[in-house]
Amino acid sequence: MFLHYLELAARSARASKGLSALMVLALALGIGACMTTLTVYHVLSGDPIPAKSDRLFNVQLDASDMVSWKAGDEPTFDLTRYDATALLREKKAMRQAMSSGSNTSVSLPDAQIKPIFSFVRYNSADFFAMFDAPWQYGSGWSAADDDSEARVAVLSASLNEKLFGGVNSVGREVIVRGQPLRVVGVLNPWKVQPHFWDLTLGGYTETEDFFLPFSTAMTLKIGHWGNTTCWGRGAAGGSPFDLKASCSWIQYWVEFAKPEDAAAYRDYLVAYSEAQRKAGRFERPTNVRLRNVMDWLGAQKVLPADVRLQTWLAFGFLAVCIVNMVGLLLAKTLRRAGEIGVRRALGATRGAIFAQFVVEAGLLGLVGAVLGLLFANAGLWLVRRSPNDYARLAELDASMLALTLGLALLASLVAGLLPAWRAALVTPAVQLKVQ
Amino acid sequence: MLTDLMPILSTLRRHRIAAGLIVLEVALTCTIVTNALHLIQTRVEALNTDSGMAESEIGVLNLRGSKPQPPERGAAVAAEDLTRLRALPGIKAATVANQIAYGNNSNNSGVSLEPDGKGLRISAAQYSADDQMLPTFGLRLLEGRNFTADEVLDSYQTFAVPDPKIGQLIVNKVMADKLFHGQSAVGKTVYIFGSSPSTIIGVVDTLTHTQLHRARGEGDGAAMILPLRGGGSYVIRTEPGQLDAQIKAATAVLEDGDKARVVTEARRLTEMRAEFYAQDRAMAWLMGGVCVALLLVTAMGIVGLASFWVQQRTRMIGTRRALGATEGQIRRYFQLENLLLTTTGVVIGTAGAVALSQLLMQSYEVPRLPWLYLPAGAASLWLLGQVAVWVPARRAARLSPVAALRS
Repeated sequence: MFLHYLELAARSARASKGLSALMVLALALGIGACMTTLTVYHVLSGDPIPAKSDRLFNVQLDASDMVSWKAGDEPTFDLTRYDATALLREKKAMRQAMSSGSNTSVSLPDAQIKPIFSFVRYNSADFFAMFDAPWQYGSGWSAADDDSEARVAVLSASLNEKLFGGVNSVGREVIVRGQPLRVVGVLNPWKVQPHFWDLTLGGYTETEDFFLPFSTAMTLKIGHWGNTTCWGRGAAGGSPFDLKASCSWIQYWVEFAKPEDAAAYRDYLVAYSEAQRKAGRFERPTNVRLRNVMDWLGAQKVLPADVRLQTWLAFGFLAVCIVNMVGLLLAKTLRRAGEIGVRRALGATRGAIFAQFVVEAGLLGLVGAVLGLLFANAGLWLVRRSPNDYARLAELDASMLALTLGLALLASLVAGLLPAWRAALVTPAVQLKVQ
Repeated sequence: MLTDLMPILSTLRRHRIAAGLIVLEVALTCTIVTNALHLIQTRVEALNTDSGMAESEIGVLNLRGSKPQPPERGAAVAAEDLTRLRALPGIKAATVANQIAYGNNSNNSGVSLEPDGKGLRISAAQYSADDQMLPTFGLRLLEGRNFTADEVLDSYQTFAVPDPKIGQLIVNKVMADKLFHGQSAVGKTVYIFGSSPSTIIGVVDTLTHTQLHRARGEGDGAAMILPLRGGGSYVIRTEPGQLDAQIKAATAVLEDGDKARVVTEARRLTEMRAEFYAQDRAMAWLMGGVCVALLLVTAMGIVGLASFWVQQRTRMIGTRRALGATEGQIRRYFQLENLLLTTTGVVIGTAGAVALSQLLMQSYEVPRLPWLYLPAGAASLWLLGQVAVWVPARRAARLSPVAALRS
């Protein structure tokens, strides 16, 4: 029966080519627009570390002074070096890491290649284990290396490729700021999107190429790229990266064995904050934040507002396309009232007529889906050519592909229900009499 | 005309669903198009922001070294480089600035009228450069004077003490008005880094935050220039038309003599501007595209349903024609019917547009929809409806009465 309906549907589409083409085209445009924007939305709002995003928490403390303080404001975005060092020393979580970013030139001792300017993260030892860094060769460094300002480094796969042609470079030396560092680990290709552990250079910047201990970076005066907020006396004549500077610029993350441990850690942060207030270091009322990865991304509004706006716009467009399709399908159906009358008179039940027209709408939806997929690919190609930092991420994946087909079929079936119902209501006697 | 109204209403009542669909489609389109046009307008407005600079004559170069430089040498290195750049024929002026509009850097400082951040305190974009910044950027002084060469300080040394002393500064007009409400700002004192006073010696006309419209909330347009020499971007201004050649020459001068120095970026300011606005431009095009597509789809829907109605009412048309109705009367009948439908849709759509605008204001910091967009949106949909219905209406009018009656 189904095949027969399909054949009828194909015949009917051929009979009114123009109208069918219009419907399919409008549907495909709507689907294409929706899938393009939804894919961008899906890619950008994804969980960067699904295995443990509910156990990783970002720490914020309000270390600033009372100037321009307002109740209910967010605490300072990053931590001061003083606070990060103190929290790290007290080790109250399962794992904890302080880190910050920069950009510096990396070269080889014998200067065979031009120095490569690379994005750098300097961090304490737990960083790699916390964020599930994938190792190709070697491993990270230890907390003892942090304490002794060890001259060690970890390379990304792509930097290892550029410097050493991709071979196991553990034990080799690289030069940073004129000083030799020993490679202890090489990572597999590692893409973490959004770049959640440090959002200050943009939410979708590339994962760093070069890692070294925080303490070593301080000794090498490697500088800082990102956010630096100072208050009060600020750097007080020194560098904003000094231990005593009133400047916040460090990202601090903790990992718990289970999400419930966060409550106890929050209490600890409150107690720490209170102690700092008593000591006169903090001036503001205690105001701490402890957010897991997805809450943190939401609170920092990482997803660009334009992306959400585009998605809404595309769905508005799809809604108009569906309404349009309902109208045109209805017209097309009622134009065939005579045919329906004959079929009913020859014994077709209402259900059979209904099924026939739903199948017809479904067929249009299928064609619209395929065409819409083409449009979505074209749309994503356009998105990838746009200049923002997330453009290169816009790729259609399997789940989005399935969603496209599903959405198109659903849209066309919804559009087909009303006309099919009207078709089923046609009374054979009236139609035949008119004929 | 009016005599047609009753039959139209009674026909529409019999085709409630189809009529309702057209009304719904028109309403949705009106709601979306009106707001989308407004969003496009806000983007285009941003695109046309005046930066106050002589953009077409300015090039920006960023230099990096692979060897560590002692920070106390920063000002001296900049001064040497600038001497060599200024010696190039064809370069009108050159400076090293900590930041420039459309660039990635953004420095902001709190400025207050009393020491240690007390009294009226505002946040301002903080430019640091030497006395050549005004001629290089092409900024216009409204009152007061530029820095003299003697007033320019070494940035590293200035900040190497707990209470940095910066004697003079230049502010933009927005900042002058914010701090002194229409009084002349020249000669007034402000406090930037603690307890040392700085005197405003000049007011420039337009000087923007480096992130322009995206810097919402950061000082709201206040900007100042501090006379500091240190690291930053090399900015050159050339004779018109020579920019590309001079950027090349400047790159060669900066890289010359030291293999460890690399000019990582050398670009025209107009290029940086185009890149800065690319996202807004793309968004405007996207919304424009969606508007056109929406209008086309709606027009298609109107043509489709009107054609269907014409076909369905062939006998009625035949009868009316046989009874003496003219072609014009038949055509006007369908046009009036369309006008009724689109008007209903437009009324609903206008209400929808206002509601959607409210929603956008709350969630996306979009300004309120100016009321002028409502009649404009309504008019365009009326026009669209009339154009779309023209073809089916004419076909109806041209039906020969005899053939129509016989069918």
